[in-house]
Amino acid sequence: MNFINGAELLEYCEKENKKISEAMFERETTYLEQDEEKTRERMRKAYSIMKSAVKKPINENIVSMGGMIGGESRKLHALRESGKNICGTLVSKAIAYAVGVLEVNASMGLIVAAPTAGSSGVIPGVLCSLQEEFGFTDEEICQALFNAAGIGYLITRNATTAGAEGGCQAEVGSASAMAASAVVELMGGTPRQCMDAASFAMVNILGLVCDPIGGLVENPCQNRNAMGASNALISAELSLAGITSITPIDETIAVMYAVGKSIPSELRETSLGGMAVAKSACETCRACAEKRRG
Amino acid sequence: MNEIGTFDILGPNMIGPSSSHTAGALRIAFVAGRMVEKAVSVKFVLYGSFARTYHGHGTDRALVGGILGYHPDDERIRDSFEHARESGLEFSFEENFTDKEIYPNTVDIYVTDENGSVMSLRGKSIGGGNAVITRLNGVDVELTGNYSTLVVEHIDKKGTLAFVTTVLSAYDLNIGSLRLYRESKGKMAYAIIEVDTNVSQQVISALRGFEAVKNVLHVPAIKLD
Repeated sequence: MNFINGAELLEYCEKENKKISEAMFERETTYLEQDEEKTRERMRKAYSIMKSAVKKPINENIVSMGGMIGGESRKLHALRESGKNICGTLVSKAIAYAVGVLEVNASMGLIVAAPTAGSSGVIPGVLCSLQEEFGFTDEEICQALFNAAGIGYLITRNATTAGAEGGCQAEVGSASAMAASAVVELMGGTPRQCMDAASFAMVNILGLVCDPIGGLVENPCQNRNAMGASNALISAELSLAGITSITPIDETIAVMYAVGKSIPSELRETSLGGMAVAKSACETCRACAEKRRG
Repeated sequence: MNEIGTFDILGPNMIGPSSSHTAGALRIAFVAGRMVEKAVSVKFVLYGSFARTYHGHGTDRALVGGILGYHPDDERIRDSFEHARESGLEFSFEENFTDKEIYPNTVDIYVTDENGSVMSLRGKSIGGGNAVITRLNGVDVELTGNYSTLVVEHIDKKGTLAFVTTVLSAYDLNIGSLRLYRESKGKMAYAIIEVDTNVSQQVISALRGFEAVKNVLHVPAIKLD
């Protein structure tokens, strides 16, 4: 069984009464001929890496290679634990976990590119916090990750998830869309609602540029992962409430791709524009300072 | 066309911070490290974005980790400099900012073995942790390291390829792809052969038995998950 766009995937799910995660798993094990148990095992491994990555920055002092980030996850957990957080437990946890994964990534720790290293905090942030707050089992979360992979596949197949090609909207935007869809499936939404949530998430981040300071995956990437996580939860809630997307997911993906191509190259991972050229940003960046000293 | 699977999206499992600057760089060095029996020193020449950002991306640590044979998800990468020093591997880095035509994430690697012979290659990191070796000892080639790969270095001479394929067939190895590259007619040539399984020492010895064959290297497939 194979599908190459959202329309085909939705038609299959509705005809066969299947979830997106089930369709994606079926594609993996039939069309791509992967062993069923090995495929499940690889997903368990991926989720265990994600869980370790969200916890690591709580217990360890982390300083990134570029020296621009480290300790943000702890600060967010401390604020929540003191009862002074304003986002509610779920969102507060999701953003604390998301920024934590970026700390692990930036300090040469182990992460799952989901779909990229620069956006690797969004999906673990959302799913680990949702698991804790709603009591989902690891098995349920791993199943939902096939849903997320399904949306990521549609984007990669028909557009791009590379910041150099499509800006941050293609990285964090895609991660956010994948997470939103997975959340809707976990909360009992239909495949169509999953896709609408993914559309909302992408459209909300449409046009976001990729402008890493010093060319490093630290800032503004870290905060944007927090934004991507909360945007996923917002988009899932919009869809679960019965609000429908004006564009089907294939159209949304095409729009995102077209916008990505129209972003000037200075704002697509080249660090020649945006935050990367802000005066204060350059002064903060240790890598830039080292370069200046020669 | 390569089909996109679940773990191309949720993956690779990798040491951060950047699939192109860390995992992809490691992959190039991994291939270089497998080209010699035992590396005693290595020099890396970095171009483009690699040259500008290698400290902050840990590209340098990933490159050394690749020579040591680490995979992209190995948590020892962060401390690869210390591990290299312990195992007696010397390493150095040079930045090249003058060559502007070159692909942005490119590295040249010069590996010296115990006997003092130097092997060189050029690789480029093409995103998502993938890489391509584009030059081997000065000869333009194309090698990804995605599959178990045999590199047969030989004098460009009639019958060599027939001999190589006969040996592979005798050892029941299935050829996935085969490409031939040469400096010029009658000079050094490389046959780069991707096979479906790993290659035993007997196969390598058998291949070395042909007069025109100067060296045979085997690069095992590098796993990303």
